[in-house]
Amino acid sequence: MIAGPRLRVDPIACDGRGLCAEVLPEMITLDDWGFPIIRDIEVPPGLLDEAAAAVRLCPRLALRLDHRAGAPAASRQRAS
Amino acid sequence: MNTIDSGQRPVRGATALQTGRLPRLLPERFGGGPASLAEHVARYGRLPRGWDGPWREQLIAEAGRAGLTGRGGAGFPTARKLATVAAGRDAPVVIANGTEGEPASAKDKVLLACAPHLVLDGAVLAAHLVGAGQAIVVVHDAVREVVDGAAAERRQARLDQIKVKVMTGADRFVGGEATALVNWVAHGIPLPTATPPRVSESGLHGRPTLVQNVETLAHLALLARWGARWFRSLGTPAEPGSMLVTLIGAVHQPGVREIEIGMPVSDVLGLAGGPAVPLGALLIGGYFGTWADPAVAGALPFSAEGLSAIGGSPGAGLVAALPADVCGLAETARIARYLAGESAGQCGPCVFGLGSMASALEDLAAGHSYQPGQLRRWMAQVEGRGACHHPDGAVRMVRSALAVFGAEIDRHAQGWCCGCRPPGVLPVPLRRTP
Repeated sequence: MIAGPRLRVDPIACDGRGLCAEVLPEMITLDDWGFPIIRDIEVPPGLLDEAAAAVRLCPRLALRLDHRAGAPAASRQRAS
Repeated sequence: MNTIDSGQRPVRGATALQTGRLPRLLPERFGGGPASLAEHVARYGRLPRGWDGPWREQLIAEAGRAGLTGRGGAGFPTARKLATVAAGRDAPVVIANGTEGEPASAKDKVLLACAPHLVLDGAVLAAHLVGAGQAIVVVHDAVREVVDGAAAERRQARLDQIKVKVMTGADRFVGGEATALVNWVAHGIPLPTATPPRVSESGLHGRPTLVQNVETLAHLALLARWGARWFRSLGTPAEPGSMLVTLIGAVHQPGVREIEIGMPVSDVLGLAGGPAVPLGALLIGGYFGTWADPAVAGALPFSAEGLSAIGGSPGAGLVAALPADVCGLAETARIARYLAGESAGQCGPCVFGLGSMASALEDLAAGHSYQPGQLRRWMAQVEGRGACHHPDGAVRMVRSALAVFGAEIDRHAQGWCCGCRPPGVLPVPLRRTP
């Protein structure tokens, strides 16, 4: 079975416009400062159209669908 | 316990070092200034040479057997990072990270000031191991002159086949984060960039980049000489070797010491002469570290395994001792405000969230309103939502404060505070306006 895509936000590019949360409230809520909190799960098949719309509508091009094997967000390295 | 001032009769030179005695990285006595190239070679001998493919693979494997991990705070296995960068398709580059933006930490500066050639040995060696032609050594402004001098000495002696370039780091907290450091070297912008890609895959000008803390490189330079078994003769089986720590606050002799990993926290404090006054709390690891009750933490081994009992880790090796008559909540609020100001200003949750958290903590410390539910919601909303780990580290520190200073929070709610002296044990530099 092929893993479904996950929604990812580039937090540097994101400006908290909030369109994504309006288009896809099932997966995206806003924090107290208006920035999107995205559920780190595979997008359910029934929401793929809405997810694609959220990606398309982001005025900051900060949202994308990550099709690489449904791994959770990569952990980052600090200079060590 | 082998320690820098264990009272054992010092044995001179490399023989003492090879028996696994401390100090490994620091000089036996302070005060002589930076070791010259001649002094360095007299103490440690020359860096072994080989440089061909099998030799490189063997040495990376040896670093793996030694169990050397990064000493910059994250503790990533060094051999794995070396192997990743060495396997890159493009020509790799090495960046030695001596920026040490943490205001309370001094171990990298002291190491570079005392033993610059040991770090440069490590940087050159790492460049050979990954197949890089250049090693860029980024250091704090305070030690730039010393490192420049050491690099010039090596050029004159035609010691290295690797080009060594020395740079001054950006003097701010996030400047040492791997992507921020690459961004600084490439563009003069000390801000983290989005990952993936990791810098080990695509870093400086898109090349595979090894970003390694200067202390880690110094350890690498020694284990290349004396091997994994020697390296593992100190420390614990899971976390071998020695590490540098910075001791500040209410101890008799604050400063940088080299310790055997796994020695009890109270013995680490003992290396600084022990507590100068009754202690209220310890901050262990750094400003991203963990507040701890000295009575609980004292007996714990100073290692990732030992400190995990209090949700902590050795981090970048800071141990700050807070006197019992200084309010830990006020101190926490000061650090939280500093960390909020040191946000790179790029990711919303960090920009706004850390400021909100700092305000809540300032209100709590001042005895004004405190809404624990709100603060905890903000912490949950901030954690894991930056491009780098800056917000996560701040949340970790604040979370530990709420756990350790629980009784003090109750006192503040009733209008009392334990602090009869003003806070200010931990250094919090003023943000310079650009």
